[in-house]
Amino acid sequence: MTKLIVDGKEIDVPAEYTLLQACEEAGAEIPRFCFHERLSVAGNCRMCLVEIKGAPKPIASCAWGVRDCRPGPNGEPPEISTKSPTVKKAREGVMEFLLINHPLDCPICDQGGECDLQDQAMAYGVDSTRFHENKRAVEDKYIGPLVKTWMNRCIHCTRCIRFATEVAGVPDLGAIGRGEDMEITTYLEKAMGSELQSCVADLCPVGALTSKPYAYTARPWEMTKTESVDVMDAVGSAIRVDSRGREVMRILPRVNEAINEEWITDKTRHIVDGLRRQRLDKPYVRENGKLRPASWQEAFAAIAKAVGGASPERIGAIVGDLPAVEEIYALKELMTALGVTNLDARQDGAALDPALGRSSYLFNSTIEGIEEADAILIVGSNPRIEGSLVNVRIRKRFRMGPPPIGVIGEKADLTYDYDYLGAGPDTLAEIVSGKHPFAKVLAEAERPLIILGQGALMREDGAAIMALAAKAAEKVGAVTDDWNGFSVLHTAAARVGALDLGFVPGEGALDAKAMAGESALDVIFLLGADEIDIAPGAFVIYQGTHGDRGAHRADVILPGATYTEKSGTFVNTEGRVQVANRAAFPPGDAREDWAILRALSDVLGHKLPFDNLAQLREKLYAAYPHLAAIDEIAPGDVAAAVKAAAKLKGKPGDAPFVSPVKDFYLTNPIARASAIMAECSALAAGESREAAE
Amino acid sequence: MAVRRLAPEAVQPKEFSFTPQTEAWTKELVAKYPQGRQASAVIPLLWRVQSDCGGWLPQKAIEAVSERLEMPYIRVYEVATFYTMFNLEPVGKFYVQMCGTTPCMLRGSNEIRKVLEERVGPQQSVSEDGMFSWLEVECLGACCNAPMVQINDDYYEDLTPENFNKLLDDLAAGKKVNIGSQAGRKSSEPEGDVKTLTDPALYDGSVVGSWRKRFEEEAAQRAAEEKAKAEQEKADKGKGDAGKGETKAKSEAKSETKAEAEVRKVDKEAAVAPKKGHPDAGRATERPVAEAPAQQKAAGEEPLDLEAEDKEIAEKLAALHKDASPEDKANAVGSRPKALKKPRKDKPDDLKKINGIGPANADKLHNLGIYHYDQIAQWGRPEIRWVGQFLSFAGRIDREDWVGQAKTLAASDDKS
Repeated sequence: MTKLIVDGKEIDVPAEYTLLQACEEAGAEIPRFCFHERLSVAGNCRMCLVEIKGAPKPIASCAWGVRDCRPGPNGEPPEISTKSPTVKKAREGVMEFLLINHPLDCPICDQGGECDLQDQAMAYGVDSTRFHENKRAVEDKYIGPLVKTWMNRCIHCTRCIRFATEVAGVPDLGAIGRGEDMEITTYLEKAMGSELQSCVADLCPVGALTSKPYAYTARPWEMTKTESVDVMDAVGSAIRVDSRGREVMRILPRVNEAINEEWITDKTRHIVDGLRRQRLDKPYVRENGKLRPASWQEAFAAIAKAVGGASPERIGAIVGDLPAVEEIYALKELMTALGVTNLDARQDGAALDPALGRSSYLFNSTIEGIEEADAILIVGSNPRIEGSLVNVRIRKRFRMGPPPIGVIGEKADLTYDYDYLGAGPDTLAEIVSGKHPFAKVLAEAERPLIILGQGALMREDGAAIMALAAKAAEKVGAVTDDWNGFSVLHTAAARVGALDLGFVPGEGALDAKAMAGESALDVIFLLGADEIDIAPGAFVIYQGTHGDRGAHRADVILPGATYTEKSGTFVNTEGRVQVANRAAFPPGDAREDWAILRALSDVLGHKLPFDNLAQLREKLYAAYPHLAAIDEIAPGDVAAAVKAAAKLKGKPGDAPFVSPVKDFYLTNPIARASAIMAECSALAAGESREAAE
Repeated sequence: MAVRRLAPEAVQPKEFSFTPQTEAWTKELVAKYPQGRQASAVIPLLWRVQSDCGGWLPQKAIEAVSERLEMPYIRVYEVATFYTMFNLEPVGKFYVQMCGTTPCMLRGSNEIRKVLEERVGPQQSVSEDGMFSWLEVECLGACCNAPMVQINDDYYEDLTPENFNKLLDDLAAGKKVNIGSQAGRKSSEPEGDVKTLTDPALYDGSVVGSWRKRFEEEAAQRAAEEKAKAEQEKADKGKGDAGKGETKAKSEAKSETKAEAEVRKVDKEAAVAPKKGHPDAGRATERPVAEAPAQQKAAGEEPLDLEAEDKEIAEKLAALHKDASPEDKANAVGSRPKALKKPRKDKPDDLKKINGIGPANADKLHNLGIYHYDQIAQWGRPEIRWVGQFLSFAGRIDREDWVGQAKTLAASDDKS
């Protein structure tokens, strides 16, 4: 620790701090443009100038280490001034230079109201300009369908370049030319290739890079901001939903160090238009092979008729990827009341069994814990598209000093270097037997991490692979008293919550695949399940939000609410319980899902014992206490779960692992309804075709 | 400087591949950098590729360089757009960079610009025959010979519209042209007559030490005048001594005071005057320009070929017995200098005053019977070689010019 005096206040900070951090520690506000905590230091905007006693010139505090400050002649701590006249003058000068070429188009700028330059010009600038020449004009660039450019406004902080290169790991952006002619662009204006590209719009301190889909739609001050969580993947990124009236206008990231730091994927951010399109806004009933709009009573009556005519063994329920814990709980209660045991939340047939213990299906190391791993084995997963922010964390770990990373499965560009070990279960078996050289690497590591993806589990031999992975974890000592290196990466936001509730087939009951089979059941209730094809024959009740696959097959449609339209609990792949909050209301006759099920239960004669969400949660928390601990992960016995998983029977096949995510941009009904996601998907497909050629 | 972009698609070649020579050269170049730092080779590689491509960088070449160095395209694009030495658009066979900075402008670069505009067309466009393109650039550092242009890799200076036109004609016709000044002067020597540094005394060594000499002469003159004046006064006083004893005593006292003052003055002068030293102290290691072989030859002297001599010595030594004494060795390569039995007047010169002779060597020289500067001053080549070999000091006597130093010291001794 080093003593410093900042504006007369003595503080004690670690020597590796920068002066900027030290000043903030002391409560001083330092303006900045290029500096960003999560990016490398560039030191090129010069806005963070402070004065050190004894230094001849003001210095850029972001690029000056506390350990570089010299003590006074008699060993006094270095004195820093952030408010002196010199500093004020220096900042005014810098601001004046920045504004020389910055257009005064705030009234038509999308960044207006949340612009660093605007705010800091107000706080640290002067009121008039002494520059009478023409301003610089720069051609706008195309850098993809998600980020709009207005390059006249660029102040060359290079945050976007550093983000693309360092965090996203897709070095597409660069600065061409030099001096006054410096321009930010991609190579020959190709679209950026990162799934995190729209974060550059957040990072841009001015309005040079803004969100293209959101362009000219709203002003920040006219929107209601709701803190929520994302359901596009199982990572559960923290988001802020900005809505105006009843419409969600945009989604922004929120800081959550444990999960997404402050990044979100393009899918998380830009499915906003998918929340409006293709919505089911009233109940439908199929008559003579055609769906017709109906009233809730009609729909419930049709369901009651179908359920009444079927025995409980011929009824089943499948939970999709997006429902919240509350409605899954309500559905489970209802089905249990009806005596139905054909329940499943694993549309893809993943071999995940709550009976093995909760830790057998969680990302036990936690996402933050990836940074501590010193050897990583990724099995049957492409984390870049299955859990992009997990991949960002692995890349972050990689950048700290590359640990050995092995991949068994698809050979994809993960944005970091890895050893490609093999494609299928046989390589994993070699690791278990110790024949493979990477087994030694893992065994020698102090904190080896095995990430098991859905690509390895959603197969016929999923249980055998689970057993192999568990054996490998045991063998290399991945689970110790202070390290849980056995992690399952999910792709569906609802999956862990549903497994926590035990939404799996009861004794001798059918699983999702069996239920979907020909004439397996008479009545199937799909709660947002769109990724499964139900064979003709059964009477299908679909409760969901979008007119997607499930709705097309349905005989009765019950319109529900998306994750932005209800308060719902989601459990992420780590087992972290988080609550999404309501930012808008469901369209038309659509209702919150738990309420639909509560109403339906009344019609079916098995009235559920709650009348509002609070009562439901009371019951839910009583039955599953760990769900009451919001934002926390209930500790589990990982060693026991791994031991149980290792005992699973089965013979692994030899087919290579395939990622369950075929198209990153189109993984769920909301994304499939989004025109922007479709554009991104087409672009990505075109690019991969190009790469293949 | 303006915004720089790749050339339009229409002029871009469809493909690019490294020539085998460039490929081999690249391999060597890349090997210079540590593993994982191959990107460091980007500037030299781009430069080489630019010359392979006829003076500019097509898109495919930039991409080929990126792939070769495993860099993202944008990183190489950044470098290529940053440095103006990389041309992104096609250039003529002769790429003229015309200096338009102040010295060249004052000496008529505007005329040169006109020639280019007439012959070639506007900047950065290739002439119809593909021979020329031009660009105005900032100072190229040949202001002595302004106005000037750089064409491909060479400078052409002292241009006038006439000789520049002729130069361009000759280049276009494939004739041989002279690099450098087109007015016929050699590098940046003065145009016409030499008007400065013309005094021949500057070159014969006579002015070396003249500055100090002047002060010494002036001091001597002053002292002489003082002396004459004092004597004159003494004589005057002697005349009036007869009657006035009292006055005599007084005047004696006075003259005494005067003498004292004289002494003080001398002391003061001594304090102010620089310490006496070797006039050439510190210069012995420099070989005077006039001794350069070419000059010597021009002056009709046989230049001293030290290298050949070293070789000869080495040969002679090789022929000797392995454990030959230093004296034998010395005898083999030279002849022993003439010795004195004892110093003249039993008073040897201080040989240590010669730069390069320390107490040890002084003793050794005394043992050889060498006590005086003039002895060393008389050494010829055989003696130098003998002593050099004997003291195992081969070459140093020449380097430090003991003989020259000894001559100077001997001369100054004679004077005093």
